[in-house]
Amino acid sequence: MTITQDDIEKIAELARIRISGEEIGEVTQRITEILQMVDTLQAADTSNIEPMANPLDATQQLRADEVTELNRRDDFLAIAPAVEDGLFMVPRVIE
Amino acid sequence: MHKHTVSQLSRGLREGKYSSVEVTRHYLQRIARLDERYNAFISVDEQAALAAAEAADARLASGDGAPLTGIPLAHKDIFCTQGLKTSCGSRMLDNFVPPYDATVIERFRSAGSVILGKTNMDEFAMGSSNESSYYGTAHNPWNTSCVPGGSSGGSAAAVAALLAPAATGTDTGGSIRQPAAFCGITGLKPTYGRVSRLGMIAFASSLDQGGPMARSAEDCALLLNTMAGHDPRDSTSSDVPVEDYTAGLEKSLKGLRIGLPDAYFGEGLDSATGECIRLALKELEALGATLTAVSLPHSALTIPTYYIVAPAEASTNLSRYDGVRYGHRCADPADLHDLYTRTREEGFGDEVKRRILIGTYALSAGYYDAYYKKAQQARRLIRQDFLDCFQSVDIIAGPTTPGPAFALGAKDNDPVSMYLEDVYTLAVNLAGLPGMSLPAGFVQDKPVGLQLIGPHFGEGRLLNVAHRLQQATDWHTRTPADGENAA
Repeated sequence: MTITQDDIEKIAELARIRISGEEIGEVTQRITEILQMVDTLQAADTSNIEPMANPLDATQQLRADEVTELNRRDDFLAIAPAVEDGLFMVPRVIE
Repeated sequence: MHKHTVSQLSRGLREGKYSSVEVTRHYLQRIARLDERYNAFISVDEQAALAAAEAADARLASGDGAPLTGIPLAHKDIFCTQGLKTSCGSRMLDNFVPPYDATVIERFRSAGSVILGKTNMDEFAMGSSNESSYYGTAHNPWNTSCVPGGSSGGSAAAVAALLAPAATGTDTGGSIRQPAAFCGITGLKPTYGRVSRLGMIAFASSLDQGGPMARSAEDCALLLNTMAGHDPRDSTSSDVPVEDYTAGLEKSLKGLRIGLPDAYFGEGLDSATGECIRLALKELEALGATLTAVSLPHSALTIPTYYIVAPAEASTNLSRYDGVRYGHRCADPADLHDLYTRTREEGFGDEVKRRILIGTYALSAGYYDAYYKKAQQARRLIRQDFLDCFQSVDIIAGPTTPGPAFALGAKDNDPVSMYLEDVYTLAVNLAGLPGMSLPAGFVQDKPVGLQLIGPHFGEGRLLNVAHRLQQATDWHTRTPADGENAA
């Protein structure tokens, strides 16, 4: 599997990571090397093997739908980069 | 005092030979004097440590002490500590002071242990050398021009340099065991789900597991007794009952069946390191164990499988760092898109970005089946190999790493060769098994680690085997000359 600079730009956009023009070549090169290494997996015969998501094959534990946490809004807002009137502030989204 | 193990300190504190304030102050002074050489700590809060030590002394005086009451510990900077910066080795969280404690931290606090500080680590635990830390690399106390290993490199260096009697680490693909091996200490990665992941900053959620790093198996057992247990706030936490890990330490090894996977002794293993491992295995034989060759037929799939599963889960977990609710935010964002992309460009280092990109690719439309699903299928095959082995042997043994600690900078620019460093440790995480590393000799004056792997929830047996070996040998009691001289 070959991956182009164009592909990397698309993936970086999906991942919301800006990669500068001078870095894109190097990043593409490294990612290509890593993907070549992981591509060796394609040769493995995994037909009829159930995918394993949890090493103990455990299923999601559920609990009663009850309020167990205190409302600590002020504590959480105190560590945010920008807040106003109890809200997280971001650049204007809707004109 | 800094030469004492946790169990010695625990006895000394109970017998009133010294107070927790004295012990804590002693370690804080050592950190202040010596850590410039090792860069093992990211944050130290002397005042909070001494206040906790005072409280521990009061508790000991009232006769209400637990085994770890008054013991100062270092914690990997991945465990959230309320009121104390938790950076995860990243610029992204350089300003993050958590409003809550990780369950592991909560458990140590209620046991009365003291937080000395937070240790250095590869950024978001992604690395095998500690070189990806935003705070600069930690140094190996046995040879400061070598890496301490990673990602829990600061914890390993702190314990090896006697700047803390023990520490916590986390292990996603070897991050407790490999630095323990490189720094000549004992480290245990428990069974997946044995230790709560709540407040342990997530890297790869189906692989991550916290565990103890100390100077003996006995000390690891003491720490694990406090760390392990079901946590209703971590939905992947196991409710299998927890044993007393110190209770079975003395059990005889007569009749213990140890499996030696051919894949762990073949090409790629440094020959002097292999010799050390064989010698340690002879010691186990002398203690009554029998050695048998076993086979892990799918071990060649381990590295590619890991480097799909771990980045895929990392790309998902790290999507939360968006510059909105906490952590780094870029200056003067033009719009929301600019806020996201520039915050993440500035906040993450190169290795973290690479893994997010790999993971995003592996999970993206059209590639999911070929990568992530394929890797999850291979993962089942890898686990089955181990389960098959445990039909005929009690534990598996081999080297922790292909060789001793490498030089700083040697692999920093070559991710794939860095990934190959973890060839013997990754499968344990994919299979969710407990694994540990303990000192087993030296190559070029650098420590070698023996790895023990057990069946699910077999950590008690691993600690027992390690303890009996440590009673018969003295590799784990050696300390770096560097620390001695500097002291």
